[in-house]
Amino acid sequence: MSPAHSAESPDVAAAPKPAPRTVLDASDISRALTRIAHEILERNRGADPVVLLGIPTRGVGLARRVSDRIAAVEGQSVPTGSLDVTMYRDDIRLKPPRGLEHTDIPPGGIDGKVVVLVDDVLFSGRTIRAALDAIGDIGRPRAVQLAVLVDRGHRELPIRADYVGKNLPTSLVERVTVHLTEYDGADAVLIADKTGTGAKA
Amino acid sequence: MMKHLLSAGDLSRDEANLILDTAEEMRSLADRPIKKLPALRGRTVVNLFFEDSTRTRISFEAAAKRLSADVINFSAKGSSVSKGESLKDTALTLQAMGADGVVCRHGSSGAPHLLATSGWMTGSVVNAGDGTHEHPTQALLDAFTMRRHLGSLEGRRITIVGDVLHSRVARSNVLLLSTLGADVTVVAPPTLLPVDMTSWPCVTSYDLDAALPKSDAVMMLRVQRERMNDAFFPSAREYTRRYGLDVHRMAQLPDEAIVLHPGPMNRGMEISADVADSTRSVIVEQVSNGVAIRMAVLYLLLSGSNQEEPTA
Repeated sequence: MSPAHSAESPDVAAAPKPAPRTVLDASDISRALTRIAHEILERNRGADPVVLLGIPTRGVGLARRVSDRIAAVEGQSVPTGSLDVTMYRDDIRLKPPRGLEHTDIPPGGIDGKVVVLVDDVLFSGRTIRAALDAIGDIGRPRAVQLAVLVDRGHRELPIRADYVGKNLPTSLVERVTVHLTEYDGADAVLIADKTGTGAKA
Repeated sequence: MMKHLLSAGDLSRDEANLILDTAEEMRSLADRPIKKLPALRGRTVVNLFFEDSTRTRISFEAAAKRLSADVINFSAKGSSVSKGESLKDTALTLQAMGADGVVCRHGSSGAPHLLATSGWMTGSVVNAGDGTHEHPTQALLDAFTMRRHLGSLEGRRITIVGDVLHSRVARSNVLLLSTLGADVTVVAPPTLLPVDMTSWPCVTSYDLDAALPKSDAVMMLRVQRERMNDAFFPSAREYTRRYGLDVHRMAQLPDEAIVLHPGPMNRGMEISADVADSTRSVIVEQVSNGVAIRMAVLYLLLSGSNQEEPTA
């Protein structure tokens, strides 16, 4: 950006950035995950058939937390892992190549189990479609369910979540960010205007 | 990520680590019931081998197929090359067939570089060994194997022994291992070292017994009989006595040190059979890691868009 350009529009540069708004704080997130854990147990009549697979990055942390809550309630831990979907994405050919995330399938496998996919934000549904394809290459679960912390709408595929932490009506210019202590130092769900969060003007 | 992989020296530490980390994920595929990933579906990879090779070609072929690419194997024997076709015309043919990636092994140093920079074809070029110049995927799989056993290579002492003069493996390894922060020592008879080693980021020595006690990994290079047109050493037995790795020499290594060999081995020449089959030897593991490394390289070079920066 040239100095002349910024001199022409001092208002834009000086305007206060719309601060990201917190829509869920740490205790909201904690309550939502506890409820999701109970719903999973209720729907599947216990923890026996359940395998939790988090979608990297933050879905993995969320899956671990749900797993801890199930263990606290049922006194039995559920197999928990992670599932990288990078190579199954439909936009893989449109973007520069990216590194892979870690895939960790629990030792018991997923055949005949109920796989609960865990992700932070459900948006277009394309990540989940990729995850369903990835699961198909790993085994044949009895059923696949989906748990998300935030459902922000704007689906582009016929996909819905079975367990939702919070339904968050958003507009397409907004950006929803999930922060978790393991990765970001604190728990919060933030919503911000895309233009105000440092995206190129 | 770069478009071609021509030299291990072109890789930054971040790029090298990206390839190694990606290979780590690719490796877990071997434990799955369906050993197939969709990343390169609809892409065509041509294995262009002007020189004999079994393990490298099979390794690249398995890697490309596990990523769902279509693989075309082209070997100089029985092809139009034996009728006198030039590299340029071969490249133009591959371009016309729509090759997205070309894996090139050639007896002349620099042939893959020529393919990549001449403008004859637009696909990515992977150097699978060119003359006595480089063999970057071999160096990557060696580094990957060492990293799995030793952890980070930062500050690790690695000794490369043997025919450095003719070895593309040695050059690529020295460049890559020093990028990754390892301290590399090259041990060879004076006649099998290049005349000027000052540009190599490593230490040279003529004495294997002095180097072994301070090595975390030792890599034995093959004595390349097919390139030995001169009297580089008096006799095979003398070479083995001074530079061969046998059980007595192996005993001088630190406890957790490992032994590597890029293959194919001359058992009894640069490495004795009991060393090759010992628990310290990771030679068979190198081969299986080779598929994972080549999957990582092909994935990172070919999976994304060709544009450097997409217009968002």
